[in-house]
Amino acid sequence: IGKDTVDDEVLDDLEEVLITSDVGVATTLKIIRRIEARVKKDKYLNTSELQQILREEIIALLRENDTDKPAEFGAETPAKPHVIMVVGVNGVGKTTTIGKLAWHYRQADKNVLLGAADTFRAAAVNQLTIWSERAGVPIVQQGQNADPAAVAYDTVASAKKRGADVVLIDTAGRLHNKKGLMDELSKIKRVMSKVVPEAPHEVLLVLDASTGQNAMQQAKAFTQAVDITGLALTKLDGTAKGGIVIGISSELNVPVKYIGVGEQAADLQVFDRVSFVNALFDKTP
Amino acid sequence: MFDDLSSKLQSTFKSLSGQSKITDLNIAEAVREIRRALLDADVNYEVAREFTKKVKDQALEQDVLTSVSPGQLFTKIVYDELTQVLGGQKEEIRFASTPPSVILIAGLQGSGKTTFTGKLAKYLKSKGRNPVLAAADVYRPAAIEQLKTLAEQIKVPVYSIEEKNAVRTAKEALQFARSNAHDVLIIDTAGRLHVDEKMMAEVSEIKKAVQPNEILFVVDSMTGQDAVNTAREFDKTIDFDGVVLTKLDGDTRGGAALSIRNVVEKPIKFISMGEKMDSLTPFYPDRMAQRILGM
Ligand SMILES: Nc1nc2c(ncn2[C@@H]2O[C@H](COP(=O)(O)OP(=O)(O)OP(=O)(O)O)[C@@H](O)[C@H]2O)c(=O)[nH]1
Ligand SMILES: Nc1nc2c(ncn2[C@@H]2O[C@H](COP(=O)(O)OP(=O)(O)OP(=O)(O)O)[C@@H](O)[C@H]2O)c(=O)[nH]1
Ligand SMILES: [K+]
Ligand SMILES: [Mg+2]
Ligand SMILES: [Mg+2]
Repeated sequence: IGKDTVDDEVLDDLEEVLITSDVGVATTLKIIRRIEARVKKDKYLNTSELQQILREEIIALLRENDTDKPAEFGAETPAKPHVIMVVGVNGVGKTTTIGKLAWHYRQADKNVLLGAADTFRAAAVNQLTIWSERAGVPIVQQGQNADPAAVAYDTVASAKKRGADVVLIDTAGRLHNKKGLMDELSKIKRVMSKVVPEAPHEVLLVLDASTGQNAMQQAKAFTQAVDITGLALTKLDGTAKGGIVIGISSELNVPVKYIGVGEQAADLQVFDRVSFVNALFDKTP
Repeated sequence: MFDDLSSKLQSTFKSLSGQSKITDLNIAEAVREIRRALLDADVNYEVAREFTKKVKDQALEQDVLTSVSPGQLFTKIVYDELTQVLGGQKEEIRFASTPPSVILIAGLQGSGKTTFTGKLAKYLKSKGRNPVLAAADVYRPAAIEQLKTLAEQIKVPVYSIEEKNAVRTAKEALQFARSNAHDVLIIDTAGRLHVDEKMMAEVSEIKKAVQPNEILFVVDSMTGQDAVNTAREFDKTIDFDGVVLTKLDGDTRGGAALSIRNVVEKPIKFISMGEKMDSLTPFYPDRMAQRILGM
């Protein structure tokens, strides 16, 4: 026994939850179809079982993290220095995320080096310098208006010389539809490999949880320019749920690695698929 | 003009040719197309539902099926309604009858407040005013340096103090504006979440201390479903006068504009289309409607 179809009312509720969490129409329909197919095959007995099926199907869309790019701060990285380039559109939280990552790596006794390759945004270098002091890690910078590729190159070279464990490269925010700026980003990435052939080992795309469907275009364009390897979802301490990462993770095959939950150094967590999906269905904001 | 949505509606209505009267039933598919277009553009779920219902009622009333081109007429109904909801004519900033006028800038983290503060100062300067800026973001690392850098580019002074006290900064900046014959004071504030009670209390205190003539709520145009929650809470706390939509130089549809218009009855006064100090533009509802509908 057990039901083999889902009531329309339940599906409507589900649709509302997903759409209002910014999951998007296409991904929402995909999830609903998966659930319908699963229920047809396995049947379900009660609401809580259906809830379980639902969560499992969404979790399955979120790609698992790669073992060669560990999210845990104390973990051994396959390469040394392990270079992480941080990219994204304007104001999403790139510099802050770097500050938090530096602080967490430092807590785990890693030697970290920051590279101030956002030389464009007003006072960007100052901002990263303050974060380097907060985290207690050194920074390579050549001031505002310097060539960002040259800063990235020098940072990786310096990290190699110092024997740093982790390098974090900040880049200027840029809208993904600006070709010139995206080309510049590709170049920043390319020069690092002249110092360390595999560098950058990771390209982290930062997404603001309050962003809607445009995040998909962002992820596609940044993937094309610099081949992103992971996502960081910021500002989850607000009421936005960040549901757009579900479609991005599944369609572009990139894992969500971190979430940002505040403006302080400690306010960064390793992404957990189960709690993320549970939060989608959490009624209290 | 009506490319995307219109062609979809065209084909939807083609299947209806031969039916003489429009009904709830035969229009359902067209209504679904419109709803989907709105949701894809990040219009809030509730707002999209209400808006779609309104449009449907009008389509029934005008009996679009009897027109020569039902798809086009239906698209036009959507477009006209959207333009209407987004706001009638252009609305300007309100100034004090006796200067200095005080303009308070507020919004979520990273929405573009500091950049807009600079742009607005430049814009007002070009209109013959003599603005001064207050650096009342005392939290974000290098926020004051950022504002000073922008201000230097446009040759406008910044008032800031050593102490990390936003309310005092704003109050003293007003004194400074008065005694230095500045006719406009623009106050840049820290980004804050609408659920952060302490920070919301702070911005409310700044408001009380300087009695702004104009409060502008700055919103990232890429914002999704949550736009309504933030706009509603900011409006409850500071009762803002207008909205600024930023980062429209991107390719977002910008449905947040419609969502915000629906939950708070406040006009969108400016749009921001770039990082440089000279890309501040007034808001045109018809262009925004086209953008949301992907026309
Ligand atoms: N509440 C909250 N605020 C955050 C979080 N992450 C970053 N912020 C804030 O968001 C704003 C923008 O952060 P930045 O780190 O400067 O963003 P960015 O992407 O480097 O910005 P640009 O370099 O200008 O493109 C700042 O006010 C940060 O304090 C987060 O997880 N939660
Ligand atoms: N492309 C584009 N970028 C913009 C626009 N407005 C602001 N920015 C960029 O967005 C980022 C954040 O802008 P800020 O002015 O620092 O935002 P904010 O609201 O003051 O940020 P916090 O003070 O941290 O809350 C910066 O990189 C700006 O250059 C715009 O209209 N278009
Ligand atoms: K944002
Ligand atoms: Mg930055
Ligand atoms: Mg600011």
